[in-house]
Amino acid sequence: MDAIWVNLLNGLSWGMLLFLISVGLTTVFGVLGVLNFAHGSFFMLGAYLCMQAMAWFPSFWLGLLVGPVVAAGVGAVVERCLLRRVYARDLSFQLLLTFAILLVLDDGVRLIWGSRYHVVDPPAVLAGVVPMFGGSYPVYRLFLVAVGPAVGLGLWAFFRLTRWGKVIRAAAMDREMAEGVGIRVPALFTAVFTFGTWLAALGGALAAPHQSVGPAMGERIIIESFIVVVVGGLGSFPGAFVGALVLGLFESFGTLFAGRAQMALPYLVLAAVLLVRPRGLFGQEA
Amino acid sequence: MNSRPLLDVRGLSHRFGRFRVLTDVSVRVMPGRLTALIGPNGAGKTTFYNCVSGRYVPTGGKVVFDGRDITGLPAHRVARLGLLRSFQITNIFPGLTVLENVLVPLTLRAGRGMRFWRAHHRDPALVERAEEILERLGLADQVGRRASELPYGDKRRIEIALVMALDPKLVLLDEPTAGMTPEETDRMIGLIRELAARSGITFFLTEHDMKVVFSVADHIYVLHQGRVLAQGSPDEIRGDPRVREAYLGGSLDP
Amino acid sequence: MGGGSRAWLGLGLLAGLALCPLVVPMYWVFILTEVLIMGLLAMSFNLLFGGAGLLSFGQASLFGVGAYGAALVLLHGPPSLGLAFAAGVGGAALVSLVIGYLCVRRDEIFFAMLTLGFGMMLFTVAHNWREVTGGSDGLSGFALPTLPVLGLSLFDPRVMYWFTLAVVAAGVGVLWRVHRSSFGLVLRASRENRERLAFVGASVARYRLAAFVVSGTLSGAAGVLFCLFNQMATPDVMHWAYSARPVLMAVLGGSTVFLGPAFGAAAFFALEQAVTSVTDSWMIVLGAVLIPVVLYFPEGILGTLVRWVSRPGRGDRE
Repeated sequence: MDAIWVNLLNGLSWGMLLFLISVGLTTVFGVLGVLNFAHGSFFMLGAYLCMQAMAWFPSFWLGLLVGPVVAAGVGAVVERCLLRRVYARDLSFQLLLTFAILLVLDDGVRLIWGSRYHVVDPPAVLAGVVPMFGGSYPVYRLFLVAVGPAVGLGLWAFFRLTRWGKVIRAAAMDREMAEGVGIRVPALFTAVFTFGTWLAALGGALAAPHQSVGPAMGERIIIESFIVVVVGGLGSFPGAFVGALVLGLFESFGTLFAGRAQMALPYLVLAAVLLVRPRGLFGQEA
Repeated sequence: MNSRPLLDVRGLSHRFGRFRVLTDVSVRVMPGRLTALIGPNGAGKTTFYNCVSGRYVPTGGKVVFDGRDITGLPAHRVARLGLLRSFQITNIFPGLTVLENVLVPLTLRAGRGMRFWRAHHRDPALVERAEEILERLGLADQVGRRASELPYGDKRRIEIALVMALDPKLVLLDEPTAGMTPEETDRMIGLIRELAARSGITFFLTEHDMKVVFSVADHIYVLHQGRVLAQGSPDEIRGDPRVREAYLGGSLDP
Repeated sequence: MGGGSRAWLGLGLLAGLALCPLVVPMYWVFILTEVLIMGLLAMSFNLLFGGAGLLSFGQASLFGVGAYGAALVLLHGPPSLGLAFAAGVGGAALVSLVIGYLCVRRDEIFFAMLTLGFGMMLFTVAHNWREVTGGSDGLSGFALPTLPVLGLSLFDPRVMYWFTLAVVAAGVGVLWRVHRSSFGLVLRASRENRERLAFVGASVARYRLAAFVVSGTLSGAAGVLFCLFNQMATPDVMHWAYSARPVLMAVLGGSTVFLGPAFGAAAFFALEQAVTSVTDSWMIVLGAVLIPVVLYFPEGILGTLVRWVSRPGRGDRE
């Protein structure tokens, strides 16, 4: 099977997961003005909860539904009880608070499910491999490649066509104005944060059969999603999409030409973008 | 007589996305002449200031300051050339003392900002100069207090002190009396008059308190819907029917 | 508090710390040495956080560069203390210049993300470039140099402690001077109001970069000490979980008080000793402590104490 095609599909499937994470991160930042360091932990929580749900009701699809919803519930509680108190505070304290939440979630997961890695099987329909390009390729990854654009399209439609989507976009542009036209901002913030954590957890649940589920999975994704939003432009929806694809493909093709140095590639992309276009590919001027 | 304008803004335009905020605005500020920019809310005054002072890069037109094209220069470079602005909202260093607030620009101006070793309060020349400025603005008895603890009117004067510390050629004052009590306003008017007359600094101010504008300005520009509607002496402006119409009559009378 | 009483306080603290190894058990000499090293790391971090309002999540990577620089010299070069410091500190200075240049190009929120990112890049390099860094095992198996003046061996824990104390005191002295300097004033102004500072003619990014380099260099010095103390350099000290330590120490101790982070380092170790004897879940406890500190005591332990002490009846200070 042709290495180029394999790497293309690998890059796309990883890129799509990155996109799900980054779009939540960027939306929460856009509306609440808070950069959520714990976003990757919600990704991880989604994966674990999906796994747990599958242990109780043996269906991946149910896990995919239940896991992210429960994780989003945790997100809602976090926003209402903690984040809400620091919106008016210095940016550093908002970062510190989300960082403290990260510590609690990461160690909490370790406490409940242990430090070892778990394997989650994809559902029967998506298990196995298909013959492609004279070789074979896992069906589940193809599913991920398809899910990404589908979710992206759904989000696009939500933001452009529904009333709620328009409200969120308006609030992201001008919070005071949103308040002025009678939007209940506190409720909106809770909703958006919950939505953002749901997206992260959905990414985690989708990633569960793709990679092993372990307590370090939040860490890699949060760092890479930071790179995605810097490369794409913080607060930009298309930026998150393009940034995620660029990063996914770079990492995947990096194994071809960079060997062991492949691990450093995301950072080189990051440095290059900062030097050439510090606002990111789709960043707006402040 | 120096007839070259200190600030020469030619055909300035600015837009946010599809929304035109400024269209072909030309403004000249002659040295030593207190010029004012007035206009109803939303006329584009603040955007105009942001374009001139380097906060925004205008989408069209040219800004010439003291014979130099400064269009699109970043704020700190514009400031170093001698064009300073004060802000509509109080914009100082709240956690520093009043003295430190003034020492910051003095230190920068003296090129001493990168001194890592010498204690900042052991620089007698700068401290003296800072105290002199604060004395002039009537803040001499407040030097050791944290700026955030001072009443509003005093904070606004720190704001002016920050600007004065840089020996500017031109100062943009953005609604210097906004939010002030009548007494504070009177004090501020007195201060501006005195500084304009004695310090050799040229002032350019925006204001929507007409009483302030007509009592201090020598020359007035009227901005309306992003365009210059009229310009002239206070008397000419007061008598201009278009201006009266823009302000829906009445409120022009001081 | 006047300048004189401050100086006496500093000297008294130093003398007290110097006498410690004569009275406390050996186990505590080890702990105290580590507290001092982490104190320097936390205080150099706080030049950025308390001083400039910049939250660095990659400080430990510069600490690690210092450790690896020293380890490489001791492993392959002459057993010279001076050379080990030159390599570790110089390397950290150089790396902070490059990374700092990239990290200060955008605002504070990006600074936090970028320091985390580039810190992890350095971790990745240390972890994967086995030929040079020894991979996940790190570098060890080198002889400790002797002190050039007295010919004492750093192998003696007490000597190591006193040597560490001397270097840390010097580092803290540098930080104090920088804090009080004209540069320190401009830096604090940048924390208070970045935009206003630009409008009075400062290029904020330049000041931030300079602060980043000073901070990174001193973190590197702490890293050299750590390498000497442990007789090895390992990649885990460059991981961001380790970078979280100076952050937590500074916040816990109090970022608004000069010695707050060092105090926080001591509190952190005391807490760690207490907690890890009961449970393995140290991080969850830290997080659970950090949340109320951030919400209710943003000035940390020492900052809150100073506020309480100086409030009643003192009126205007200075």
